[in-house]
Amino acid sequence: MKFKKMSDIIFDVLVYFIAVVAFVITLYPFLYIFSVSLSDLDAINRGEVRFLPVGFDFSGYKEVLTDKNIWVAYGNTIFYVVVGTTCNMFMTIFGAYALSRKTFGMRRFFNFFISFTMYFSGGLIPTYLLITNLGLYNTRLVMILPVMISTYNMMICRSAFSAVPDEMMESASIEGANDIHILTMIYVRLITPTLVVLILYYAVGHWNTFFNAMLYLKDDHLQPLQVLLRRVLIQSSQELLMDSLTVEQEKRALVSIQIRYAAIIVSTLPILMVYPFLQKYFISGIMLGAVKG
Amino acid sequence: MEKKVLKKRLLKAARRDKYLYLLFFPVFVYYIVFCYLPIPGVVLAFKEFKLGSGIYGGSWIGLDNFKLFFSSVYSYRIIRNTILLSVYTLLFGFPIPILFAVAVTQIRHKNFRRFVQTCSYLPHFISTVVLVGIMKNFFAVDSSGLVNNIIIKLGGTRINFFMDPSWFRTLYVGSGIWQGFGFSSIIYISAIAGIDPSLYESAQVDGITKFKEVWYITLPSIIPTIIILFILQLGRIMSVGFEKVFLMYNPAMYETSDIISTFVYRRGIENSDYSYSTAVGLFNSLINFTLVFGSNALCRRLTNTSLW
Repeated sequence: MKFKKMSDIIFDVLVYFIAVVAFVITLYPFLYIFSVSLSDLDAINRGEVRFLPVGFDFSGYKEVLTDKNIWVAYGNTIFYVVVGTTCNMFMTIFGAYALSRKTFGMRRFFNFFISFTMYFSGGLIPTYLLITNLGLYNTRLVMILPVMISTYNMMICRSAFSAVPDEMMESASIEGANDIHILTMIYVRLITPTLVVLILYYAVGHWNTFFNAMLYLKDDHLQPLQVLLRRVLIQSSQELLMDSLTVEQEKRALVSIQIRYAAIIVSTLPILMVYPFLQKYFISGIMLGAVKG
Repeated sequence: MEKKVLKKRLLKAARRDKYLYLLFFPVFVYYIVFCYLPIPGVVLAFKEFKLGSGIYGGSWIGLDNFKLFFSSVYSYRIIRNTILLSVYTLLFGFPIPILFAVAVTQIRHKNFRRFVQTCSYLPHFISTVVLVGIMKNFFAVDSSGLVNNIIIKLGGTRINFFMDPSWFRTLYVGSGIWQGFGFSSIIYISAIAGIDPSLYESAQVDGITKFKEVWYITLPSIIPTIIILFILQLGRIMSVGFEKVFLMYNPAMYETSDIISTFVYRRGIENSDYSYSTAVGLFNSLINFTLVFGSNALCRRLTNTSLW
């Protein structure tokens, strides 16, 4: 009896240890970035910033928020997110609804037709040449049209529609409703939680898109945030420092790191703010995708 | 007579489902244009690409591109790097979400549990650019690098992480675990939540320890989920994503970091060597197709479930 208690205590200690380690490892980088982005430059230089901000210096944010390029990129990203996600949702719902209807002719063929694209694609170069030939190169449309549907997301949506009992649809069609009525007035409302998850997935996808933008957009005024962030964070370009030529040389490196961390906060905050509110939908969303529809 | 009946029935069905076809039409067009039209473009792999004559012009060169690729020094290197990145990710990254899910579901304080879970999903939503940006700055060699400052404090010497090929795989796999473990654990957490509570209750009546509870009840119950996910991951062993490697690497690290997709990008897009890189890409696509198809079929046979 005593042995059992001892082993259960060890077990609990282990469980809480794993949980605390996981949560420290996940959160610490965010906390550190946040703290450096706000701390006094001298304190950063002396290595005093470990957890919470030391002193206060808003100049990193001032540089980021007064930079014209950031605002252009931010606006572009918001445009791609809003327009892109709207198109995504319409197309996904249309396709998923049709494929979930058991009476839909050639349903098996169409299901194969879309699943095949998850196994095989033309690859980078043929796709690149096609998109260029279609005249989409260096246009805003290239950020929206080629990624209008995620097959995986459409399958999640299809599973959700399939789970709606057939009686719903039968009673509605006896009343004289056609498929459009049934879809917009009944089905869409019944699967709202799934649709919320899909909106989140698509929106985060657009927000984080980097590769397509780098590949197909040449002009700066079309570039989304992630391409600018790459220059600032990874290639360590000093472009956000252009206005502050007055800053002395030695301080520049410090200001530069503060600017970079401020840029991370500014560009990531919207996502981090929204997602805890949607957390309760995740599990159903992922589970639906894992089960064959 | 029978034909007429059939025709009538088909017409009736078409009239009834006309809105379904209307809804499906744009989806169909999307798939044709953006998913199927590029596929015939793979013939480029067997042709010489000439500017002006388009994808389908140019003369046939057979398997020359493939021969060139497999006889070059790159083929071994990029195939090895691709597979090794996958294998290490699987080896170190696969067990952690399971461990985390088991631990988290054992936490009795409900609020603390939810808090830890919510935090663990966070990194999943940051972009690859920001992830690599954080890494490059944390692991920077100068005095702004958090990690090197800690190493100095502990009495070590500075490491130039992003110029040293031997660190690439560790950084890639480690950051992948950091970003993904929480989100990957969701599927295990819901599998654990689905276990019949009466199993635990009767075990507690028998006075079983918690270690044994996990070993004899929790883990066996989620074994099917573990197997499915493992097989499906195996199927993706040759398809390492382009973005993260591309953002992390530089010529000094090609030895360990250059993978098939980055090689195709450099040769194809940067050097405009379309025909050759299409061939390399096609080789990769065919292997992926076989692996993903095979693993999916295996999953279906073993457990009656598959991803699609």
